[in-house]
Amino acid sequence: MDGIHDLGGRQGFGPVVREEGEPVFHRRWEAFVFTLANRMLAERVCVNVDQFRHAIERIDPVAYLTHGYYGRWLGGMETILIETGNLDPEELTARLLARGGSAHDLVAARPAANPDVVPATDQQGARRELSVAPHFSVGQPVRTSSVPVSGHTRLPAYARGRLGTVTAIQGGWVLPDSNAHGRGEHPQHLYCVRFEGSELWGQESEPGQAVYLDLFESYLFPAEQEAVKP
Amino acid sequence: MSEHSPQEIRAEALESLLVERGFLTGEDVDESIEVYSERVGPMNGARVVAKAWVDPDFRVRLLADATSAIEPFEFQGGEVQKLVVVENTPAVHNVVVCTLCSCYPWALLGLPPTWYKDPAYRSRIVREPRRVLVEFGLSVPDGKEVRVWDSSAEVRYLVLPERPAGTDDLDEAALAALVSREAMIGVAVL
Repeated sequence: MDGIHDLGGRQGFGPVVREEGEPVFHRRWEAFVFTLANRMLAERVCVNVDQFRHAIERIDPVAYLTHGYYGRWLGGMETILIETGNLDPEELTARLLARGGSAHDLVAARPAANPDVVPATDQQGARRELSVAPHFSVGQPVRTSSVPVSGHTRLPAYARGRLGTVTAIQGGWVLPDSNAHGRGEHPQHLYCVRFEGSELWGQESEPGQAVYLDLFESYLFPAEQEAVKP
Repeated sequence: MSEHSPQEIRAEALESLLVERGFLTGEDVDESIEVYSERVGPMNGARVVAKAWVDPDFRVRLLADATSAIEPFEFQGGEVQKLVVVENTPAVHNVVVCTLCSCYPWALLGLPPTWYKDPAYRSRIVREPRRVLVEFGLSVPDGKEVRVWDSSAEVRYLVLPERPAGTDDLDEAALAALVSREAMIGVAVL
């Protein structure tokens, strides 16, 4: 989806701010959110990591930028708990008010009115053996899809419609675009694709720069007719 | 109560509900803190790097198929289904990001630092890597290629830094102590 999470190449965020001696968790609630997310995945309340990531992508965009990493996770997990019928938002609000919280604070969670139903599965991980051979080969020029996707996808907007070169074949993997929505695993071959900086950023590109992305077969089209600019 | 953010109060309200229901316990939270503070962290990745520096056969296997090469270490904490190790050389500098979320090789580096997950790093490192690296104190010479690895699927990336000069007399454990998290992400060299 064209959400706030798709940050590659966005401008205006300023310098990277680092914290000396940063602890693993700053506050205990961050460790709670981390533990909750892992428990939800283990218990298949959240069925797969694609559903998990998409829930975070769907949170309030202002909260995405201002609530921090574990605030984003909190918004995503709360979204899934409500969508799966495991949490009553009114019960949470009552508990929040009892603990001195305000009903006026921005809430990150954005549960859908008609959420996707992601069926439970015993499948582990995302690697899958494929019986079909890869469509593309190492060294082959490829062009990425230029079409925006409203749901979950792992083709960043900055690399849409761009020309690259396959540098590695990474094996068969569950397709996040369908798996996140409970529409099946539809595993595909995954390719590492190299994009020259000039192809992504034009004349503003820094010299001697390349970006590598791992992209699913359905994101790619053969591009032998087009020359890859060095 | 100003030191408690709204997210903190909300998380604690949710925790109290879910603990009452028995979905998880305070001890589970303590265990997460213990595991990722003590057992899973950059010291794991550093052991891999140091071994690659002293054992040429291991280095070859690591660069060819890192997933299999690190199996004997039996690292816990955060599944790395496929690991790719990319090697810094005099001609190439590598740096890792996840622009779409914050994918990171947990089992080798622990949980990522805040800057790795923040919008500034995720937005800028793919577009102006040299400028971002200068902010980290690393100036990559013009003739050296910068390769940015944007972790867009389940493959996880680790940078194999160049071995620092003057370390010939150090053993594997002493070498591992030199390897920083930042060098294995690729925002520093050693």
